[in-house]
Amino acid sequence: MSIIPHPLTEFPWRILALLLAIAGFGTIVLYSAASGNIFPWAAMQAVRFCIFSAMALTLSRIPLEIFARFAFPAYGAVLASLFLVELIGGVAGGSQRWINLGFMQLQPSEFMKPIIVLTVARFYAMLPVGEIRRWNAIWPALVLIGLPWALVLIQPDLGTATMIAAGGVTVMFLAGLPLRLFIGTGLLVASAIPIAFSFLHDYQKNRVLIFLDPESDPLGAGYHISQSKIAIGSGGFWGKGFLQGTQSHLDYLPEGHTDFVFATMAEEWGLLGGALLILAFMLLFRWGIRVAMRSQDKFARLAAAGLTTTIFFYVAINLMMVMGLAPVVGIPLPFMSYGGSSMLTVMLCIGVIMAIDRASKRRTGTGNWA
Amino acid sequence: MKFLTPKRKIITEAAQSFTFTRRAMVVGGLQGAIGALLVGRMAWISVAENEKYSLLSESNRVNLTLIPPRRGWIVDRNGRPLANNRTDFRVDLIPQRIVDAEATIRHLAQLLDLEPDEVDRIREDLEKSAGFRPVQVADKLTYDQYAAISVRLPDLPGVAPSQGFSRHYPAGATVGHLLGYVGAATAEDYKARKDPLLITPGFKLGKDGLEKAFDRHLTGKAGAKRVEVTARGKIVRELTTRPDTPGKSIKLTIDAGLQEYAGRRLATQSGSVVVIDCQNGDVLALASMPSFDPNSFSDGISHLEYEMLSKDDHVPLRNKTLQGLYPPGSTVKPMVALALLEAGIGPQETVSCGGAIRVGNTLFHCHKRRGHGPLNMRGAIAQSCDIYFYQMAQRIGMDRIASMARRVGMGQKFDLPFPSQSYGTVPDPAWKERKYDQKWQVYDTVNATIGQGYMLINPLQMAVMAARLATGKQLMPNFIHNARRPDPATVGATEEHLIVIRDAMNAVVNGGGTGGAARSSIPGVMIAGKTGTAQVRRITMAERAGGVRGNSSLAFKLRDHALFQGFAPFDNPRYAIACIIEHGGHMIRNEDAPMIASDTLSYLFDPAKAMEKLETLEKGWGGTPAQRQARQMASFRIAKAIEKGDVPPPSDNVADNAGNAAALSPAPSPPARDESEDDAPPPGANVTGAP
Repeated sequence: MSIIPHPLTEFPWRILALLLAIAGFGTIVLYSAASGNIFPWAAMQAVRFCIFSAMALTLSRIPLEIFARFAFPAYGAVLASLFLVELIGGVAGGSQRWINLGFMQLQPSEFMKPIIVLTVARFYAMLPVGEIRRWNAIWPALVLIGLPWALVLIQPDLGTATMIAAGGVTVMFLAGLPLRLFIGTGLLVASAIPIAFSFLHDYQKNRVLIFLDPESDPLGAGYHISQSKIAIGSGGFWGKGFLQGTQSHLDYLPEGHTDFVFATMAEEWGLLGGALLILAFMLLFRWGIRVAMRSQDKFARLAAAGLTTTIFFYVAINLMMVMGLAPVVGIPLPFMSYGGSSMLTVMLCIGVIMAIDRASKRRTGTGNWA
Repeated sequence: MKFLTPKRKIITEAAQSFTFTRRAMVVGGLQGAIGALLVGRMAWISVAENEKYSLLSESNRVNLTLIPPRRGWIVDRNGRPLANNRTDFRVDLIPQRIVDAEATIRHLAQLLDLEPDEVDRIREDLEKSAGFRPVQVADKLTYDQYAAISVRLPDLPGVAPSQGFSRHYPAGATVGHLLGYVGAATAEDYKARKDPLLITPGFKLGKDGLEKAFDRHLTGKAGAKRVEVTARGKIVRELTTRPDTPGKSIKLTIDAGLQEYAGRRLATQSGSVVVIDCQNGDVLALASMPSFDPNSFSDGISHLEYEMLSKDDHVPLRNKTLQGLYPPGSTVKPMVALALLEAGIGPQETVSCGGAIRVGNTLFHCHKRRGHGPLNMRGAIAQSCDIYFYQMAQRIGMDRIASMARRVGMGQKFDLPFPSQSYGTVPDPAWKERKYDQKWQVYDTVNATIGQGYMLINPLQMAVMAARLATGKQLMPNFIHNARRPDPATVGATEEHLIVIRDAMNAVVNGGGTGGAARSSIPGVMIAGKTGTAQVRRITMAERAGGVRGNSSLAFKLRDHALFQGFAPFDNPRYAIACIIEHGGHMIRNEDAPMIASDTLSYLFDPAKAMEKLETLEKGWGGTPAQRQARQMASFRIAKAIEKGDVPPPSDNVADNAGNAAALSPAPSPPARDESEDDAPPPGANVTGAP
């Protein structure tokens, strides 16, 4: 043991530094997206990051058992609010995704992303070891995932619904269900895609079709993808330079500060900036997976890996969308895209993972974590 | 609860933990793989396809606007401009930059003296405007107005004064048909050429006359302005500007002074004058009056002005020099005489004119009822005796006359830089057989020898005929200064024969003949020529019995055409001229063809004296063509307004407003004059064989 006091060595310095680096970079990009202004986005984003970091650190002090115990009640509450949103939407007419609490707009589907992971993890943690290869190990999890998935899908919010399903299924996979189930289902889903496609809303169908061929409608719905690729492609290796992006500054790139912030970044920082950013995210995921693998507690390791994967889905879906590999589904890039709810969700995930890390270090007593 | 596998693996906590570790590594590995895939994809877009996307980004960012090139000048043989470019000052509003629209408009209205309806138009345009597209406030400003706005720019945000170029024709209407005019390209033009320049605001191309024929030559290379624009079209800054390359100029054989003189000298008549240089066939003047003013056509003519022009029975919209066809009348007699000489008829052989002869069962009259008595060739041409030619022509037959007619340029289509020309007819037996499937009759020959019947000519051909009779060479009309051309072929007449003709034509003017009005006022310059009268109606036996009606008692459309062709000086021809006055009827001596031709030729020898005479005459006609046309326009405007019932007849300023109203609403209303629809000059059709 060194002379540095224990609480200080225990404090997750490195991971905080990593997050600070990503969020700091994001703030710089938002500063540029506002044509060299800290308003309206950069300052707000920095303030939010500080608040949510404090929240994540607070979460990390909470004993793991609390999360485990509150997983099901929290799930029930969020599911109820999803119903509520649907009801209000039915009355108000049209697409409804949030509840107005008076002081803020609450978007329950956003919370469902981490909650579904905790809930499914909790379910498998409670499941006796021997039951894992039985039917009993499957249907409750499918119900747990299916209800919120269906509710979000009919909002309609394809992106969030996909993420909820993906987060839950990942936990099922990690819990040890037979591999052939996943392979079989994968094949089944692949063959069912044409049928599913016909159930999509027209605008969703359009997005998918245009994703397949963005040039077919370069001024209409394909405009986002086309302009995003132009921004990334014209950046080259070194980028056009800070504040020199033309796609973003001349308003050719739509949503340049939210969903397509990566394109704004790539135009000015080039492949170099993009690769470094992706590397930083990869380091974050490596940390999350390692925390999961180090943990001995079943709930903890499933939760840690599941939450890491949830953040991964944010990043992967957003980047694939921005680079023209996925349809435009409205998933923001964590820490980079301007917006409060996505950062709140991601910081919730980070906080819980930090709590798991802390708990497992307490148990093993080693400081060797990264 | 039987499930999946019959032989169940025994699962322990440790095994499950192991499975988790293994699967977590798979998940982590997949994440890493996708991360690598994303970096690879990004590298592909940004490095491998960088060039393509950089180009797309540039074409997003940079907006190229073409600057219309200045059009090449058209200058006369002495370098005087016939068509040039005038600096055009204009003011626009950029809606998005305006702070207080109402105050700005009020300020501008006061500075530029804008009419109230113009101000309303600007307000309306401003409301409809998309924000970045400029709204025109006014164009054709004077430099003082332009300067007045320019110095106040700091107080007038959103006001954008600018200067461009517009086509200007200093001689106005007198060059209208010669040069044509310019105008914005039509959709068909653009479809045919697909040149983006055609749809650039402010670009104009030649629409008629020489402007159209030499359009490519006169059109320069467009300049370009590169500006950086946002996705919404807002201009951020100008990047580079490449200036335009003005078009090449064209030097014509036209003498600007003569052209304008001829146009003005045509007075109030509907007529044309063509002057040709006898040395080489250069066309010195090609005037057709009245004419549209190419300046107002090039700026976009008002509905009202166009309506007035198209209803005028003096057909200002037709280029009479090339598209007007007239029976040449007696002006063909020198040509027929040349054919007679060629056929071996001696110049001294005489015919006794008794006032009429019978051909077949028709009685053909001479224009002189009592007859001329015995006449030789010189006398017959000088007195324009019809009987002499009736008899002589019957002796040699139509084919020999037609052959000579063709050699002096009748019926010939010339290679001219004009979109259209009508080239008339030289009838002969073969032609009649072909055209009407009828046999040539003796009375056809008789009609043709006095330039009636089927024979038709345009004023340019008549000038060519005069030049060829004067020189004996088949001169070709030409418009391009110093154009290379082969030496002209000969007409095929001997010099002795030509001297006989020239002498006879001199006698027409200076020897007591029919063309005394063409006598030259220039000492030492004698004009030779031949007068002509072309009937456009049939004179019935009954009318002839009761006395042929005078032209002044006839409707305009029924009056005779008055013609004159000639050259000067008669003994050494330098210039040839043709003048045709449509339905002139020889009613006013100083507006008749011989004197117009004579005065026009005198301009070539003594311009100052000729101008002096013209200015005196113009006082009697009510001013220059421009002044007369302006007055005509004003009265037409008032007539329209009264007709529409917008205003009570009197009071000048009220009528003026009503004129504006009429100009704004182009709704067709019944024509005021009933004959205005039928504006085609009827030459050939109405003419029949009995002069």
